[in-house]
Amino acid sequence: MDSQNTSDKFPVGVIGAGVFGTAVANLLAENRDVILYSRRKEVMDTILSKRVNRGQTMNPRIKPTNRIEDITSSCTLIFPVVSSSSFREMIKNFSPYLRPDHILIHGTKGLDVRLKEGETLNEKTFLNRKMIRTMSEIILQETEVMRVGCLAGPNLASEIALGQPAASVLASRFDEVIREGQKALRSSRFQVFGNHDITGVELAGVLKNVIAIASGALSGLGYGENARALLISRGMVEMVHIGKLMGGEPKAFFGLAGVGDLIATCSSEKSRNFTVGFRLAKGEKIEDILRSMDEVAEGVNTVRVTNAFIRSAKTRAPMTETIYKCLFSGMTVKEGVDYLMNLPLGTDLDYFF
Amino acid sequence: MAEQQNTRAGWLYEPLFPDIKTWPIYQLTQQRDEFLKQVKEAAFKAVKEQTKTTQGLNEELAKTYYLERIRVKTNAWAADKKDEGPFWEGIKKKLIKISPENEKTPDLNEDKILESIIDRYTEEIAGFFSPSAYNFAKEATTFGFARLLNASEGKGISRFWKTRHNLHEKIRLQGEMEQIRSLAKKGTLIMVPTHFSNLDSIMIGWAIASLGLRPFLYGAGLNLFGIGILAFFMNRLGAYKVDRRKKNLIYLETLKTYSTIGMLRGCNSLFFPGGTRSRSGAIETKLKLGLLGTAMEAQRLNFLNNPEKPAKLFVVPVVFNYNFVLEAPSLIDEHLKRTGQQHYFRENDDYSTSYKMAKFMIKFFTKSSEISISFGKCIDLFGNPVDNDGNSIGKNGEKIDISRYFMTNGVFTRDSQRDAEYTKMLGDEIVKRFHIESRVFASHLVAFVAFELIRKRYKKLDIYAVLRLPEEDQRLTYLEFTNAVSRLLDRLREMAANGEVHLYHELEIPEIDKVIETGIKNLGMYHAKRPLLKTKGDFVISEDFNLLFFYHNRLEGYGLAKYI
Repeated sequence: MDSQNTSDKFPVGVIGAGVFGTAVANLLAENRDVILYSRRKEVMDTILSKRVNRGQTMNPRIKPTNRIEDITSSCTLIFPVVSSSSFREMIKNFSPYLRPDHILIHGTKGLDVRLKEGETLNEKTFLNRKMIRTMSEIILQETEVMRVGCLAGPNLASEIALGQPAASVLASRFDEVIREGQKALRSSRFQVFGNHDITGVELAGVLKNVIAIASGALSGLGYGENARALLISRGMVEMVHIGKLMGGEPKAFFGLAGVGDLIATCSSEKSRNFTVGFRLAKGEKIEDILRSMDEVAEGVNTVRVTNAFIRSAKTRAPMTETIYKCLFSGMTVKEGVDYLMNLPLGTDLDYFF
Repeated sequence: MAEQQNTRAGWLYEPLFPDIKTWPIYQLTQQRDEFLKQVKEAAFKAVKEQTKTTQGLNEELAKTYYLERIRVKTNAWAADKKDEGPFWEGIKKKLIKISPENEKTPDLNEDKILESIIDRYTEEIAGFFSPSAYNFAKEATTFGFARLLNASEGKGISRFWKTRHNLHEKIRLQGEMEQIRSLAKKGTLIMVPTHFSNLDSIMIGWAIASLGLRPFLYGAGLNLFGIGILAFFMNRLGAYKVDRRKKNLIYLETLKTYSTIGMLRGCNSLFFPGGTRSRSGAIETKLKLGLLGTAMEAQRLNFLNNPEKPAKLFVVPVVFNYNFVLEAPSLIDEHLKRTGQQHYFRENDDYSTSYKMAKFMIKFFTKSSEISISFGKCIDLFGNPVDNDGNSIGKNGEKIDISRYFMTNGVFTRDSQRDAEYTKMLGDEIVKRFHIESRVFASHLVAFVAFELIRKRYKKLDIYAVLRLPEEDQRLTYLEFTNAVSRLLDRLREMAANGEVHLYHELEIPEIDKVIETGIKNLGMYHAKRPLLKTKGDFVISEDFNLLFFYHNRLEGYGLAKYI
């Protein structure tokens, strides 16, 4: 394509200076100049003065800013990496500055729910697919940008920060988005695979967080690898089942964004969602766990959303339902495990074949 | 609506551009040779680009010959040229001559064969535009429509000459007509109507003239050119021929190039994006994106070739709203055959004589109640709304520069995969618009309710079994029927208030019995067997359940079943 020679002169933008945003900025800075946006001025000041953020040394090619125009006027390729709960607000703030030639590739593994005013998300809420938005759907809804993509896969920020080898899936309907993203991200330690099923990849990344919480809980109870293997493989089945209902192709779940990410987060104490489950099993209350955490564990909200969704879709997903009960309705993790072990389940791989 | 008036000739608006000589579609005919040459060259380039190598082109030629031979032998139409057989026989001989076993001749190679096929296709596709035929057709349709309409009342030959009914009361043009007229002066219009009946083609031509717009380049099914009188006019009104049987790459590229270059030369264009009449009676949900893609390509080239003053293309979604579709029995029959079994279905050639066509028209006008043609809000090729000056309006109410959708890192780039995705997204937006712009008639409402009530009663049966139920099991009491109609009407009114659909004025009547009476009276009134009747014993019955299913489908896609 004729764009090959022109892209290098533009810096790449990153929105959000959290742990993952910072890691992405550092990855990009190996190839290009990077402008990193944080709405908090003190974050920008610390990066400028100390060149360190969230425990990661910042590449000198990263220029921090808290002005939206700085990013939108000089970058055509932008990576929004903020939590799902503030994603819509962030995009709305950016929207007036975004143009049709911007390319947005997000790295947020969460879901957005629009409820009627005064309504809260609980076990009685009716939730169909139209009321749930993935992050790329928010971008399409709130801005003129059509070329959107998403980044998903086993990308524990702390390991990327150490320079260890890793890979990611970049999903978009547009070859161009995949190509531009790959050019910006690829390095000898970071591999980027393309995929056209953006919904499937987004959902795989989102739904695996639910299983990650459960995996942490099993570890918290002191269970070993048999239990985890059981959880991961049965968890996959449930992910595909829910993912299909939400409009993703099963294939996406068998790639890096699904099974790859699942293995990484389900075995790692570095994962926030894993930590939530672990501490829950140790008897802590969910409110206390969340209060003490530095960054959002997306899985907790995802459990709430998927639980309401599966009930509204009149289907069952026993693991998600049980995790919901453990998190929000006072069931202990031990009781949850007992309940699942006593379910009269049928065949092993019943959902997709 | 200041501009609107019933002109002397019976049109709703005065023509926007009275001088025919300035019309792009007229100029296309004036410069026909040059235009067709441009099409041929561009199509040649496009095919060469896609087949990549000589080997690839050779395979494509062989495949084209193979498919065309089958078509000529097994599926000939009245509109086909007489020398189809000999032409393709000639191609075969040439293909043998250039095969590796034979010696190369300098004046015969793959490119030459490709040229001769593209030549033939281009000449076949191309239409003319004749001002005198246009003027005559304009007069004839208004006169004819009005006479037929008024003939339905009174007795004797004199009734034929009375003008009691205004045509525009019977065929209502609704929606964003002022905007369309305004945009017609600013850029190129791409009109995309839903397609339920063969009558749509004539209706839309009449509607376009009635809005005072210049005629449109129109891709009409080749089968329609087999109908004597219709062919005579279509051939002279700028219609070009689309042959659904030819699915080979060379044909499709030639057709698409013809359309793109027509748009580049400023011609308004019309095509039915559903590709063919809706067999099920439902509003289209899946569109054929080929011709829509040519609009995308024309828009890109306009920006690229004329950055100072690029012509903009505006998409106008149009919905036909009928109380009955004459072809309904055969359409639903085909639909059920298609979905019921993996049955190979032949594109057939119905309504193939002038006589059938005329009979069709007379019945249509004398028996029909109102028809509505609704014109939706115009959008650009990326689904953004446009204001009356042709500016694309973004999510924050600001003007946006859509040429940037074709840019990467600040420069125009050519990327057919990207543009194909844009076209898909545009298709989705058009489908959404169709559903919003549709006018719900009382007849649609009663058909939907009656069918869903029966279907709900036999939840365990599949659709084919439901359709085969004996008549006595398809009976509804008037009371349960009224209750359900009332529930659904409440829901529809709620949706209309949210801008999700439009209700025809008859649905604003507060008395539910009157709404039902209107609906049942109008629903498929022409058919020998009525889709819905109210009996003396206060039952609602159907004489033809397949037809009821057909009309019921019109309200599919709105998620209404759960309100029954």
